[in-house]
Amino acid sequence: MKEPKVLIIVPAFNEEETLTHVINDITANLPGTDIVVVNDGSSDATGAVAESLGVTALHHPYNLGIGATMQTGYKYASRNGYDIAVQVDGDGQHMANQVSALLIPIAKGEADIVVGSRFLGLGEYSPSLARGAGIRFFSKLVSAIIGEHITDTTSGFRASGKRTIKFFSGHYPDDYPEVEALVILHKLGFKIAEVPVKMSERVGGKSSITPTRSVYYMVKVLLAILIDMIKKHN
Amino acid sequence: MRIYQVLSILGSLTMFGFVVDFVRRGLLKEKYSVLWLACSVAILILSVQKGLLDLLAGYLGIAYAPSLLFLVAFLFILLIMLHFSVVISILHEKNKTLTQELTLLQEAIKEAGLLSANKKRKK
Repeated sequence: MKEPKVLIIVPAFNEEETLTHVINDITANLPGTDIVVVNDGSSDATGAVAESLGVTALHHPYNLGIGATMQTGYKYASRNGYDIAVQVDGDGQHMANQVSALLIPIAKGEADIVVGSRFLGLGEYSPSLARGAGIRFFSKLVSAIIGEHITDTTSGFRASGKRTIKFFSGHYPDDYPEVEALVILHKLGFKIAEVPVKMSERVGGKSSITPTRSVYYMVKVLLAILIDMIKKHN
Repeated sequence: MRIYQVLSILGSLTMFGFVVDFVRRGLLKEKYSVLWLACSVAILILSVQKGLLDLLAGYLGIAYAPSLLFLVAFLFILLIMLHFSVVISILHEKNKTLTQELTLLQEAIKEAGLLSANKKRKK
């Protein structure tokens, strides 16, 4: 079997401090793998940093949000014939030496999407009380809907196979898309798998999730999931 | 004829006139004028035909008939706003797709060597 063509998609919104580290980490651990940085209308030097690193850089002319940013990456992957696309956040949380674990189930044809989970034994991630409760809640909810146990539904560290890339390039949830994407994929019969990964603390920048936003996050994602269950997808 | 009738007749005629004029001048698409026109016509009919207004108010158990005018106007406004929310959502999606296409095209142009790296982009 020929080697699958792998693309690393790095969404970046104002990540000038961490982007260099993230890209160097990828090129060091996965030499020769194609990388595309999707700069979501950053107001800092993210765009210039991406250009200087010699990777493919896509620049949104204004801020479209994380969902549309990922989708731009998937559109690029789809049009350039990639077999597997891996999301690696621009904030340095996702470690490139963990990527190969995500690729295996897809390369074997066992899954259409593989989620890297922080809660399957590797590493010592301990979220704050509130965040932990939110993560557990969505894990329970999504597991119940999907009928298989998913521990880390909010993880943005994931790999998609060709079929999933094609689907995502046409349909991708707008904001806080991680949980919702799993529900939609399940509904359409895509195979979802989880593998244990380690993640590091953020090396710089700030999390986009503030207390007010986390309430919005819960409500929006919950609503989106409920609607996805009755929505027509094609 | 009561004063409120005169006022609401004038009001609905003015609204009708504005909407038609906006469409005529190309400021408003026909598609988005329909609900506004329907609203002003409904108010106009209920204002002119006081008997009809009283009859309907009676059916609905509304003691003070002119408040039915407010109800009708309010329901139309809700409908128009909901319509706008749908239109905005559609526009949002189209706008996103367009921006993504632009982003990918710009990269393709750069890849083809037709645009130097940092030149064209603002910021």
